[in-house]
Amino acid sequence: MILTDTPKLNILCGHYGSGKTNLAVNLALDLRNRNPGLTIYAADLDIVNPYFRTADAAEILRAANVEPLIPEFANTNVDIPSLPPKMMGMIRGDYSDAVSILDVGGDDGAVVLGMYSRFIRQTGYDMYYVINQYRPLTADPEDVYLCMRDIEAASGLTCTKIINNSSLGAETTAEDVADSVDYAHECAAKCGLPLVCHVYCPEYAPDTPDVFRQRGYGEEPLFAIRNVTKRLF
Amino acid sequence: MAKKVLMKGNEAIAEAAIASGCLHFFGYPITPQTEISEYMAKRMPKVGGLCLQAESEVAAINMLMGAASTGSRAMTSSSSPGIALKSEGISYIAGCDLPCLIVNVQRGGPGLGGIQPSQSDYYQATRGVGHGDLRLIVLAPSSVQEMASLTAEAFDLADIYRMPAMLLADGALGQMMEPVDFEAFPKRETPEKTWATNGMHGKRAKNIVNSLYIDPNVLETTVRERYERYALLEENEVKYEEYMTDDADIVLVAFGITARICKSAIAELREAGIKAGLLRPITLWPFPKKVLGELADKTKAFLSVEMSMGQMVDDVRLAVNGKKPVHFFGRTGGVIPSVEEVAAETKKLAETL
Repeated sequence: MILTDTPKLNILCGHYGSGKTNLAVNLALDLRNRNPGLTIYAADLDIVNPYFRTADAAEILRAANVEPLIPEFANTNVDIPSLPPKMMGMIRGDYSDAVSILDVGGDDGAVVLGMYSRFIRQTGYDMYYVINQYRPLTADPEDVYLCMRDIEAASGLTCTKIINNSSLGAETTAEDVADSVDYAHECAAKCGLPLVCHVYCPEYAPDTPDVFRQRGYGEEPLFAIRNVTKRLF
Repeated sequence: MAKKVLMKGNEAIAEAAIASGCLHFFGYPITPQTEISEYMAKRMPKVGGLCLQAESEVAAINMLMGAASTGSRAMTSSSSPGIALKSEGISYIAGCDLPCLIVNVQRGGPGLGGIQPSQSDYYQATRGVGHGDLRLIVLAPSSVQEMASLTAEAFDLADIYRMPAMLLADGALGQMMEPVDFEAFPKRETPEKTWATNGMHGKRAKNIVNSLYIDPNVLETTVRERYERYALLEENEVKYEEYMTDDADIVLVAFGITARICKSAIAELREAGIKAGLLRPITLWPFPKKVLGELADKTKAFLSVEMSMGQMVDDVRLAVNGKKPVHFFGRTGGVIPSVEEVAAETKKLAETL
């Protein structure tokens, strides 16, 4: 369990390709499973990534009664990052009971949050900093810290929690996930943020809980997700 | 760098270039290849290299010519309309016999077209990338691992044959993420660059890098000598992958991301009892015509699958030389063909055999 009904806004930020979009969809679905009556928005605020985005999972989200809010020209040939008006209403907290997951573009793509930042602070938020040890530019905790500072400067907001989403995509093994535990704790310490969980994909690394127990990581919180990334082949 | 890392195709190109000793990158942003510039901007200062965002594509290609003249490994990258802008400079680089790397992460065209992936610059890359009698080495990766390994290979080939190389990718390969192992590809021996204009230091006569020849006969001789090198390349450096072609009744021909789609389609077709295989050209120039000619003696028909209105299909027809029918299936404008539609198209063809 990661998200609850407070705060209302849950922002996912991080370095490009850290798996934010896939995680955002999974967090929305997980929240739905535990809260059948809750109004949930999954907002795609990625203004830098031309292809792979939350909008791709719109059908999965709608099927789970999660409303996707997506840029008006997502997945078209228009390279203009215009966001729908409802985004502002959602961020201002106009839909009072709703909980939202905001998937933000990588690195300083978080600049999109700038124009919303004072409303985000008023409504109340958590900003989850998503990290992946197997991304070469965030393989080192020092770089992870610097990347966080860039994101905070661009967004005008402060990261509040950290999620370890270390993965090699479809080739990820349970050992790869377990190998990232120390890294995750180092990054959390360096950034001064609580570590929420380690993410794994049972489809690729089903034995992750077993390997965690064998390595003495039995107490480490794990969060299982499925891969909802658009498949081309 | 850890043994395996997770990367976008665009990032893999940039990191592989740096790992190959490229210390000069000249770029200009355009979707869907901008991550190459971004990655270079972050990494080059750390390895003592230069990443320069030029004022235009035209400026970037001419900066590349200058850097390559010194014998340094250098590259530029762009996407389709940006490559068109670079075409004059590419011709000059070919005319100066300069090794370097030009990356095209293709998007839909013509004109401004769109930002979604495409393979409709096949003609441009293999036929019309610049004016005059010239060829580029054209390599077509099909995975993020190959975005890296073929970048390294392109630099080596360019140095060995002293000519520009192009990596012809597409937006899907540029944006998608897969694990990459940077230790998995070998480096080749490359010759010393005795022609480079990198300072005489009082030790040698001056080197001249130039594409202008006053006497037509001298120009003709120079071009003929260049074509002898092209012939060596055609003889020695053709690369392709054969996949389930041994017993295939239908051979699909596809490169890049389309080849990945075809492989999944072939798995479906084989389950349905249709013997399909794949010939994947890795070098688009030189084109694997010999192996296609040999396959034409074994198989019943060919189907060229492309993200264009049909460009490579011309080379397939030339190679097959009328021995067997060559068909075409493509999507264009940034639309990626689905596994299902490639399988359906092949099935339709199988029913006519």
